[in-house]
Amino acid sequence: MATSVLDKAPAAHATAPTGIWSWITTVDHKRIGILYGATAFLFFLIGGLEALFMRIQLMKPDNDFVSAETFNALFTMHGTTMIFLGVMPLSAMFFNYFIPLQIGARDVAFPRLNAFSYWVFLFGGLFINFSWLLNAAPNAGWFGYANLTSNQYSPGLNTDFWVLGLQILGVASMAAAINFFVTIVNLRAPGMKMLRMPMFTWMSFITQILLLLAFPVITIALVFLMMDRHFGTHFFLPEGGGDPVLWQHLFWIFGHPEVYILILPAFGIVSEVLPVFSRKPLFGYTAMVFSGAFIAFLGFGVWSHHMFATGMGPFADSFFALSTMLIAVPTGVKIFNWIGTLWGGSLQMKTPLYFAVGMVAMFIIGGLSGVMHSSPPADLQQTDTYFVVAHFHYVLFGGSIFGLTAGAYYWFPKMFGRMLNETLGKWHFWLMFIGFNVTFFPMHFLGLNGMPRRVYTYPEGLNFEFWNQVQTWGSMLLGVSMLVFIYNMWKAARRPANAPADPWRGATLEWLIPSPPQEFNFGTVPAVGSSTPAWDLRRANGGALPEPASESGEGIHMPRPSYWPVVTAFGVLGVIGSILFTHAFPQWYFITITGAAILIYGIYRWAFEPAF
Amino acid sequence: MSDAAHALEHPTATGIDSKKVAIWTLIGSECLLFASLISTYLVYKGKSLVGPLPHAESQCMLHGKMQTCEPIFEIPLVTFGTAVLLFSSFFIVLALYGAQKGSRKMLVGWLSMTVLCGLFFIGMQVYEFSHFYHKGLGYSTNLFSSTFYTLTGFHGSHVTVGVIWLSTLLYRAVKGKIPPAKALNLEIAALYWHFVDVVWIVIFPVVYLMR
Repeated sequence: MATSVLDKAPAAHATAPTGIWSWITTVDHKRIGILYGATAFLFFLIGGLEALFMRIQLMKPDNDFVSAETFNALFTMHGTTMIFLGVMPLSAMFFNYFIPLQIGARDVAFPRLNAFSYWVFLFGGLFINFSWLLNAAPNAGWFGYANLTSNQYSPGLNTDFWVLGLQILGVASMAAAINFFVTIVNLRAPGMKMLRMPMFTWMSFITQILLLLAFPVITIALVFLMMDRHFGTHFFLPEGGGDPVLWQHLFWIFGHPEVYILILPAFGIVSEVLPVFSRKPLFGYTAMVFSGAFIAFLGFGVWSHHMFATGMGPFADSFFALSTMLIAVPTGVKIFNWIGTLWGGSLQMKTPLYFAVGMVAMFIIGGLSGVMHSSPPADLQQTDTYFVVAHFHYVLFGGSIFGLTAGAYYWFPKMFGRMLNETLGKWHFWLMFIGFNVTFFPMHFLGLNGMPRRVYTYPEGLNFEFWNQVQTWGSMLLGVSMLVFIYNMWKAARRPANAPADPWRGATLEWLIPSPPQEFNFGTVPAVGSSTPAWDLRRANGGALPEPASESGEGIHMPRPSYWPVVTAFGVLGVIGSILFTHAFPQWYFITITGAAILIYGIYRWAFEPAF
Repeated sequence: MSDAAHALEHPTATGIDSKKVAIWTLIGSECLLFASLISTYLVYKGKSLVGPLPHAESQCMLHGKMQTCEPIFEIPLVTFGTAVLLFSSFFIVLALYGAQKGSRKMLVGWLSMTVLCGLFFIGMQVYEFSHFYHKGLGYSTNLFSSTFYTLTGFHGSHVTVGVIWLSTLLYRAVKGKIPPAKALNLEIAALYWHFVDVVWIVIFPVVYLMR
């Protein structure tokens, strides 16, 4: 494959490699990864601010920092933002940047589709946040339970922004999932069998399967809801015979796999970091792969444990309780294997290891409270209390965010050619670790004491004051830890790009090429003989590898930049976003038609544009 | 694509073209889309508060007053449409065979037949929808109508996308731009087309035949 030399191939790209236009038209998976990361980090900070506003409101009883209506919008947008605009696209940053590098590919299978995914994600995120400016932010919860979302109980545009925004983001997720699935199936370097793939690639692969199977369900549920709101149907409205509980089923058939969509990439990152910083191969590689797959499989059979309080009857409750408890088994396998990897290792106490170990520890706490929820009688006591909030922050923040941060410190040198500062990194870790636990651990107590979630304030004298105040201070500490992280990145950006290709003695292919990699990734596509190809080379070389030379890339043909992905993505925004106007401005249907025209024109130009 | 550019098509790890893996991936995902629609149809079967109903007489609102309405389905027409759609799957296999053999006559002929079958099916659905509407079955009339129109509408829009896709390929075939080396492009569209047919094979008995 490295032999296809073309006489008419330009050595470099015709378009400028820098400047705004080069980023808009880029189809390079590494640049798209950086775009995903930067955009998602901004949305993540917005979601964090929303959380801080809620914490300030709850700092003391009967507070009036925000109104009840604003509080509804804050917790809805905090959940929606963190899940769809924070954790998922931050994972997508690593999918984009590192799946092709880890499997020895020059790009993803469909580079333009990859750019399309990013632009649709960006437009969807901007669309849903635009609602703040119209004072119509979604306010029915990130789960959007019927009837809260009906025209009767949610008459404004709030829920419409949520429905249509999620629909747009779904398009981005689906396009990306197909792309990464095909990339992993088809673009692996010679010798990289499925069971030699790095664990991050494996967990990403399973994540794509979950996306492919879960997102169509929420798409249909959102279509039904849109029809209920705009075209008079009664899918979820009892007055026309509809059943609000159907929404809960459809939502959680999507929603539970979504939980694993959020955590499996972090599992993958931790499984990369622990072996490298223990100087030992991952303990139980195959068991790790199959326990990941088993978690994903079971993930489709547990959705109703989110609905124990709806009264489904003893049979359904028992089934979903047992299937939920079963998930603890493969998850436990993973945790013991991580500990087994660390055990007896030559631990390198670097920041990525801190975050990875922190992730394992915090995830155990979240996992244990999850097992508590799997028992319907216990769950009935905990439903809608802060105990649940504590649980899912221990898995989503303690799990996903700690794991993703481990990935950020681990891969930052590869992405930007600069090391992050270790001292600041450890400050970041300890501030985040302490801030996180001070914020979320007391929620267990408050929940068991009966403090309901999603309520904008609480009266004095219920014994809620102390822990709420403690939590608010903890959340401020979390905010400070983010500032330390930002300062660390800012300082790194001002240093010269002199990171070595392999600062950590990594095991996988991405460490064999310069930091940051050249556009074509690999001058010669590597041959792979095990799941730790970089260590194989080290061993064969009798120690350290020489710094890889920069290569000319002569004769390597890379995909051409294209602006049709962004045009087509704009068409998607036009078609779906314009449905917002059906109530207030029905005469504006021309926006839908224009959007559809742009979409179709974009697809045709894209289809007939040569890819190379 | 020039021969030189063709050499750039990297060999894949599975030996299967990436576009083909992608369409199979999409098909797998779409199964869940239609599964959600069909499940909802079944969950709400028999739960409509007013008529018209698919298989039984009912009280329904027509011309501004409640009256007794006939069952709404007319099975023979849909059976014929189903047969036409199934035959189109057969025709596209012949068209693909022609494309792979390099017989432009076979390719253009059978692909035209496929497109015509698709157009007939869409026409049948448009007729059926407007006929039902005039018999008092609006989109939001009852749970049956909402689930029925959404399910068959989603399928119909998939047929429409397929017809547009196949028409584009037909146009290129007529211009001689689908040589055997590019038959894969037709094969991918054909996979999608077969899938849309298979979905209808599920919808037809579940919606029209099951009482």
